[in-house]
Amino acid sequence: MTFEKDINIDATELRLGLPGTSEESERQASTTLRISNKRALPSVAAEKQCDQETAPPTKAQVVGWPPIRSYRKNNLQTKKTEVETSGMYVKVSMDGAPYLRKVDLKIYKGYPEVLKALEDMFKFKVGKYSKREGYNGSEFVPTYEDKDGDWMLVGDVPWEMFVNSCKRLRIMKGSEARGLGCVV
Amino acid sequence: MQKKVACSFPDEVLEHVFSFIQSDKDRNAVSMVCKSWYEIERWCRRKIFIGNCYAVSPRMVIRRFPKVRSIELKGKPHFADFNLVPDGWGGYVLPWIAEMAGAYPWLEEIRLKRMVVTDECLELIAKSFKNFKVLVLFSCEGFSTDGLAAIAASCMNLRELDLRDSDVDDLGGHWLSHFPETYTSLVSLNSSCLGSDEVSLSALERLVGRCTNLRTLRLNRAVPLDKIANILGRAPQLVDFGTGTYGADLQSDVFSSLAGAFSSCKELRSLSGFWDVVPAYLPAIYPVCSRLTSLNLSYVTIQSPDLVKLLRHCPSLQRLLVLDYIEDSGLEALSSSCKELQELRVFPSDPFGEEPNVSLTEQGLVSVCLACPKLQSVLYFCRRMSNVALVTIAQNCPNLTRFRLCIIEPRTADFLTLEPLDVGFGAIVEHCKDLRRLSLSGLLTDRVFEYIGRYAKKLEMLSVAFAGESDLGLHHVLSGCESLRKLEIRDCPFGDKALLANAAKLETMRSLWMSSCAVSFGACKLLGQKMPRLNVEVIDESGPPDSRPDSCPVDKLYIYRSVAGPRFDMPPFVWTMEEDSALQLNTIGNPIGSEWEHNMKGIQGLRAQMPFVLYLAELSNTSQW
Repeated sequence: MTFEKDINIDATELRLGLPGTSEESERQASTTLRISNKRALPSVAAEKQCDQETAPPTKAQVVGWPPIRSYRKNNLQTKKTEVETSGMYVKVSMDGAPYLRKVDLKIYKGYPEVLKALEDMFKFKVGKYSKREGYNGSEFVPTYEDKDGDWMLVGDVPWEMFVNSCKRLRIMKGSEARGLGCVV
Repeated sequence: MQKKVACSFPDEVLEHVFSFIQSDKDRNAVSMVCKSWYEIERWCRRKIFIGNCYAVSPRMVIRRFPKVRSIELKGKPHFADFNLVPDGWGGYVLPWIAEMAGAYPWLEEIRLKRMVVTDECLELIAKSFKNFKVLVLFSCEGFSTDGLAAIAASCMNLRELDLRDSDVDDLGGHWLSHFPETYTSLVSLNSSCLGSDEVSLSALERLVGRCTNLRTLRLNRAVPLDKIANILGRAPQLVDFGTGTYGADLQSDVFSSLAGAFSSCKELRSLSGFWDVVPAYLPAIYPVCSRLTSLNLSYVTIQSPDLVKLLRHCPSLQRLLVLDYIEDSGLEALSSSCKELQELRVFPSDPFGEEPNVSLTEQGLVSVCLACPKLQSVLYFCRRMSNVALVTIAQNCPNLTRFRLCIIEPRTADFLTLEPLDVGFGAIVEHCKDLRRLSLSGLLTDRVFEYIGRYAKKLEMLSVAFAGESDLGLHHVLSGCESLRKLEIRDCPFGDKALLANAAKLETMRSLWMSSCAVSFGACKLLGQKMPRLNVEVIDESGPPDSRPDSCPVDKLYIYRSVAGPRFDMPPFVWTMEEDSALQLNTIGNPIGSEWEHNMKGIQGLRAQMPFVLYLAELSNTSQW
């Protein structure tokens, strides 16, 4: 496993704009400038000053340095990507609908928001939720498949736990929905 | 008649006496007293440690020690941990298991480190050893949870299953349900490295519930926080517990059952895990903190004040692993709260960032060394260091046995004086007379090696990176460090001279690793040819080294002593320098009149005139240095 930051995928990217220009290189150049202003190690600072004139690409990582085991690196890196980029997309199906949709659970702060989004997406209305009876007043019932492979009623567990254990969503309709103890 | 009585006890008596001698060194000494002691000892040796699986063959071990019950084997070189050893290098345990399956039907314990273990191996273990009790797979790879299922299903007497840091193909949590309902012998389970999201919680809970001797339980990340109370409730006798995920929405009922569960664990001394920790849940462990001796917070990404709050509750702490979020201020607090501290490891939270993301410097380490008199073992990642800090550490912690410092940027000088850190590390080896393990970093010249060679007489393992100026550095270490067993070097300007001049030293060590140094292929060939009890292996993924001139440096070199001869399971990118290949120094392509050519021709010429060993002695005495 090597950690080269300068793998040039950008060269093949389709983009509007003149060839040779990129946001990336501009950002990098300004980063290099910023670095030399902060408190840097004396030996490194001298090096950086020379670099400033030529604005080179960011340093490629040396293989196996610093000496950290891969499971530690992965642990830290997963934290970063979760914050920076990837969402948490799960498939949503509705009984009777011809195709599935996908929602990013990370962008919602709680159940009301995600239920509203599903209602908008599939043009239906959920019933009223109670802990004792589940969803009351609609033939549509939102359910999800959790990590254990079991189908659960949306809303039973705390939001964070739901987000971390939900693998896919399914809006059940009609008689099947009744099986979960919902009163229509 | 009298002569006979005077010089021998019945064998059974000697065997009984030998049974009190456990250490390998002492056992080896016993076996060398006389032939009959050698015989008696070999029949009653039950435990074997083999530090390099290629140093000896399974057949040789079995032939000498027919009644072994416990074996420990190590495979890949340490630098494999940092991806310096390409995949497929070796370290396969299958040949060992296959031989032992027939020879040691009563084998009880297998402990492996950095070896390749397949499901086939695990299945073979499960079916061959009827009284199998202990399986420790430390940093191993090549197997899946299917193999574990086989172990679980068959090993009725299994006590310990420890997969620490291994790379396992986790196909889901169902392997746990392969432990039969009648199985109750588990004492230790460490599955913390398993990566799947799925875990069979009900099987886990039932297993924990019925194994009343369970002392160690380290869960993996898939086990959610709200299940911990239930699990702990079934095992209040636990001594060592590793949580799974330790983060969730704060709910008071979950918190109170968690706190309740922890407080009923009166024997708990060690905690680890804590993935995705939410600070609000940390106080749940306060009931056990006063008795804790070991705490692994190296996955805990919370800030210093929260860490300090926790550590203030742990006055008995002897061992702490933590991320550099603790910062200098946190380490200062640690040093006043935890006077019993023996081991400290501080890992970097952002190792590849160019700028420091936390305020952790050499000061943190200094404050711990000043205030914790029992400190023996240090692993510290930081971005700056000074000679004066190292000298302070050395003078205040003369009992250090392990000192590993990683200054993240290679060749970083003393930030105060801009000098090399030779004097600082020199102080460490001079004052810490029992130092067994040392890792260097920062800007270092040959002088630091002079100090190491002069003072580090008990040093067994040395790790060097981006250091030194010439072969003199390597020569100091090889000629001075009497106890050296393992030496690993990367990116240093060490070449042929020191290596060849100290060839005999290599037979007294377990192994030497050199990568991105300046050792020529020709020197490797010479070494391999002249030292039959050394395996000299060249690792080069860019193609056969003999397609280049002999003066070309090799990419990676691994030399180890062996009585088994060259190994047969090498991948295409590893070449062994055999003793019987005629030494034909390929001078084509080498710079004419180069120093290398001069050295090598000198060696060839002298071969005819004097024994090689004497020539090497000559080399080290010349004023070439």
